[in-house]
Amino acid sequence: MKTFKLMPLLFTLTLLLFNCSNDDDNTTDDEPVVVNEEEVITTLTVVLTPNGGGDVITLETKDLDGDGPNDPEVTISGNFAENTTYGGVITLLNETVSPAENITEEVEEESNEHQFFYTIENGLNVMTSYNNFDDNNNPLGTRFNLTTGVASTGGLTFTLRHEPKKPNDGTLSDAGGETDISATFNTTIE
Amino acid sequence: MRFCCLTVLLLSGVVGISQNCDYILSGAVLDAHDGSPLSEATLVIAGLEIETTSDINGAFSIPNLCKRTYAIQVYHQDCSAKGYTVKVDGNTSKTFKLEHHLEELNEITVKGEKKGKTKTIIESKLSNKQLEEYSGSTLGDALNSISGVSSLNTGNAIIKPLINGLHSSRVVIINNGVRMEDQEWGAEHAPNIDINTAGSLTLIKGAGALQYGGDAVGGIVISEAPRIQVKDSIFGKTIINGASNGRGGSLSSQLTKSHNNGWYASLQGTIKRFGDYESPNYILSNTGIFERNASFRTGLNKFNYGFEGYYSFFKNEIGILRASHIGGAQDQVNAINSSVPLIIEDFTYNINAPKQEVAHHLVRFSGFKKFEKLGKLNAQYNFQRNNRLEFDIRRGDDADKASLDLELDTHTFSLDLESNSYKNTTVKAGILLGYQKNFANPNTGVRRLIPDYEKTDVGVYSTANHDINASWSVEAGVRFDYTLMDVLKFYRTSFWESRNYDVLFPELVIKDFGTQVLTNPELTFSTVSATSGISYSINEHHKFYFNYSLASRPPNPSELFSEGLHHSASRIELGDLTFAQEMAHKFALTFQKQEEVFNFSINPYINTINDFIVIEPTRIQQTIRGNFQVWEYRQTNAQLLGVDLDASLQLTNNLSFNHQFSIVKGYDRTRDIPLINIPAANTKNEITYENEKLNHLKIGLQSEYVFEQNEFPNTNFEVFIPETGNSELVDLSTPPAAYHLINLKSNIDFKLSKTSLLNMGLKITNVFDTSYRNYLNRLRYYADDLGRNINLTLKINY
Repeated sequence: MKTFKLMPLLFTLTLLLFNCSNDDDNTTDDEPVVVNEEEVITTLTVVLTPNGGGDVITLETKDLDGDGPNDPEVTISGNFAENTTYGGVITLLNETVSPAENITEEVEEESNEHQFFYTIENGLNVMTSYNNFDDNNNPLGTRFNLTTGVASTGGLTFTLRHEPKKPNDGTLSDAGGETDISATFNTTIE
Repeated sequence: MRFCCLTVLLLSGVVGISQNCDYILSGAVLDAHDGSPLSEATLVIAGLEIETTSDINGAFSIPNLCKRTYAIQVYHQDCSAKGYTVKVDGNTSKTFKLEHHLEELNEITVKGEKKGKTKTIIESKLSNKQLEEYSGSTLGDALNSISGVSSLNTGNAIIKPLINGLHSSRVVIINNGVRMEDQEWGAEHAPNIDINTAGSLTLIKGAGALQYGGDAVGGIVISEAPRIQVKDSIFGKTIINGASNGRGGSLSSQLTKSHNNGWYASLQGTIKRFGDYESPNYILSNTGIFERNASFRTGLNKFNYGFEGYYSFFKNEIGILRASHIGGAQDQVNAINSSVPLIIEDFTYNINAPKQEVAHHLVRFSGFKKFEKLGKLNAQYNFQRNNRLEFDIRRGDDADKASLDLELDTHTFSLDLESNSYKNTTVKAGILLGYQKNFANPNTGVRRLIPDYEKTDVGVYSTANHDINASWSVEAGVRFDYTLMDVLKFYRTSFWESRNYDVLFPELVIKDFGTQVLTNPELTFSTVSATSGISYSINEHHKFYFNYSLASRPPNPSELFSEGLHHSASRIELGDLTFAQEMAHKFALTFQKQEEVFNFSINPYINTINDFIVIEPTRIQQTIRGNFQVWEYRQTNAQLLGVDLDASLQLTNNLSFNHQFSIVKGYDRTRDIPLINIPAANTKNEITYENEKLNHLKIGLQSEYVFEQNEFPNTNFEVFIPETGNSELVDLSTPPAAYHLINLKSNIDFKLSKTSLLNMGLKITNVFDTSYRNYLNRLRYYADDLGRNINLTLKINY
């Protein structure tokens, strides 16, 4: 029966533990830290400058609430000119943080693990070629050339893949990997 | 029954006159069926706190007795306890015969006897021996062998039990007397229990056992530590397991020291390591496991009182199939349309992202005291800390950082009283106080999936059962729970407004960060749960049970607060702040026949759930990463109907046949559509050869047939594919075809010495290396299930 005297002791101990931890946990008063997504890409901007002068075309898609309920805002500054070659530069930003973070730099640093793909809808008279490459001389594509043909309309889609198969045959299905960005612009050549 | 008898005997008291007290009572404890000796039977002299244990020949001896009449209670692990009155006059000899249950007769010992957790719901139990077969696998795998239980899998290592069609927060898991708080809300969160710590597993299909909680809409799984006998002994066992699939294995060891003064201590540890698993045709890249567990318990066990301290540690690292981590709906189309996973690499033991790392600590102090006039009082305090890290494939500096880092601390204190049986009535009552705190580490750089919160619970319950006569008994119980959740949650302003929360709950906002708002919802839930039932023994072999249970479950944090992209499912999941509790009414009927040659039980049930919380796709969300399907939680009225059937037939002395069949149908009654993720009908048939004389040789051939699920909601959607300029259907809902697997298992014992035994087991699952996909595997879109696995187990008892 002597051992039974341990019981109240044990309970007191446990109650003490219970209470102690209760006292510790006063974080309700401490405000949690806000998390701004670090890797999210909110903005894709494609600046297309015609070789030999003319109107610079800017394609932009911006989704400030990420996977929140708002759709991305898509803006197209104007129409492409016929039979023109444009030098294209892609910029990726995270605008949820201030100042905005330039994600293009990160992508270019990890060029072996990334690749942009340009998908042209049937009917749109456009051809593209890569203008920058990774360490293994496979395409990266944050810089590219775009050559227009005769007047037409159609979707121009930019897809950034993370960890695609490299080299690949230039199609999304062959490359695999994960989509970091997929943005379609309905463009016109006139 | 044992407890009832014990307490009756206790109450009866014995009056003795001090006199010549040096007589010896000796004799043997025998099996009433065949007269074989029963070792390790415990004999207790009521009121005197004298207890002894029978030896290997069933023999016992109790010295220093007086000339008078003693009330002796005899019990044995495999038998119903029995009380005797013995008149000691000089050295006396006595033989006690106990009704020994033939436990090995059934694959699952269906326990309808009174020593169960409830009196009017049929319970299924897996014995220690059955569990040892699963030493290298998981709790979910072991439970899967019970009819009416399937599992919701994420790959082959994350296995969540699904009881009569329900899972996650609707299944309560009790580990060594402690309700597991291991973030069980997530469909890809497996129970954090090492199966090797369990001495037995009991399954209750329903909410009937109110002492464990009132929210077990699906059911309750109770894992109990092995019993330690009160005697001077040191014993242990080691199980070594090697498997061809995954090219790994496990090592589990246990050592127990006990004394006849009641003190005992037991130490146990497990290490498990597997590389990439394989389907019949390819390697499932990044599906390795590394698990390390340990537990220690020590305590004192006397007849009238006892206490125990227990600590267990569980740590698990699980790789998630690499090919299942995808970016958006377009990737999903590619992945689903491909007949093989898009990423297959060479076999490796390395575990890379995507992966989970989970650690669970459990500390428990408990004690009991038996009061002569009152009954048995149990008190328990426990603390659990669950830390879950989930790693996604990330870019740049964040590549090695977890995307999810949650720490869930839970303290629980409970007090339970189990009364003595009085006029065939036993009453149980208890109170529970709980405090829980979730901390979501903001350093992940990813918005919190589950917010910071503090939760306080208070629960009280009482249950009673009454034996009307030898055939009829009734049971009833009620439980009240009060839950307060104090939450600090960041909402995206766009979501907060799109849900109209800015109009409904403007007072909840405590700080505005522009694109996000910090809110402080305080939610309270008051729930009532209840059970009532009857059992009727038609005759010695036939028994009938009926039970009604009302279960109430408050919504879990995931259902309330999800808001954002869930990478592992490649979908956006949205919870709802306004949810009320779920209320389930379950009626279950069981008819059971138990005899030596033919046994069966049939168990139909109907579970009607009001405000059932279901997640389903509602629309497509455009993001800069492409389109994602949005899955929103909503409340509806649901109904589950099903039947579980078990049968066994002893064909000859050595040959037996076992049959299991389960079917469940689930419907959303509000929208009149089938519920998602309801297990398909399945049947298992097994023929077993067993020969006691040939070193307990046992060979079993099992056929497992899973039908195709023919009722499912349509959750398909269309996605625009820029390459073709067309939209393509993403078929997420069509269940995979039916499949048939053949499994083989064999087992043999070798006696190494007088006290040590070697048991060798060889198990081959999916003998014919059949390619199949399981409707309830969340990764079924991306890869086939496991191919053939040859598993060798060596167990040494010492």
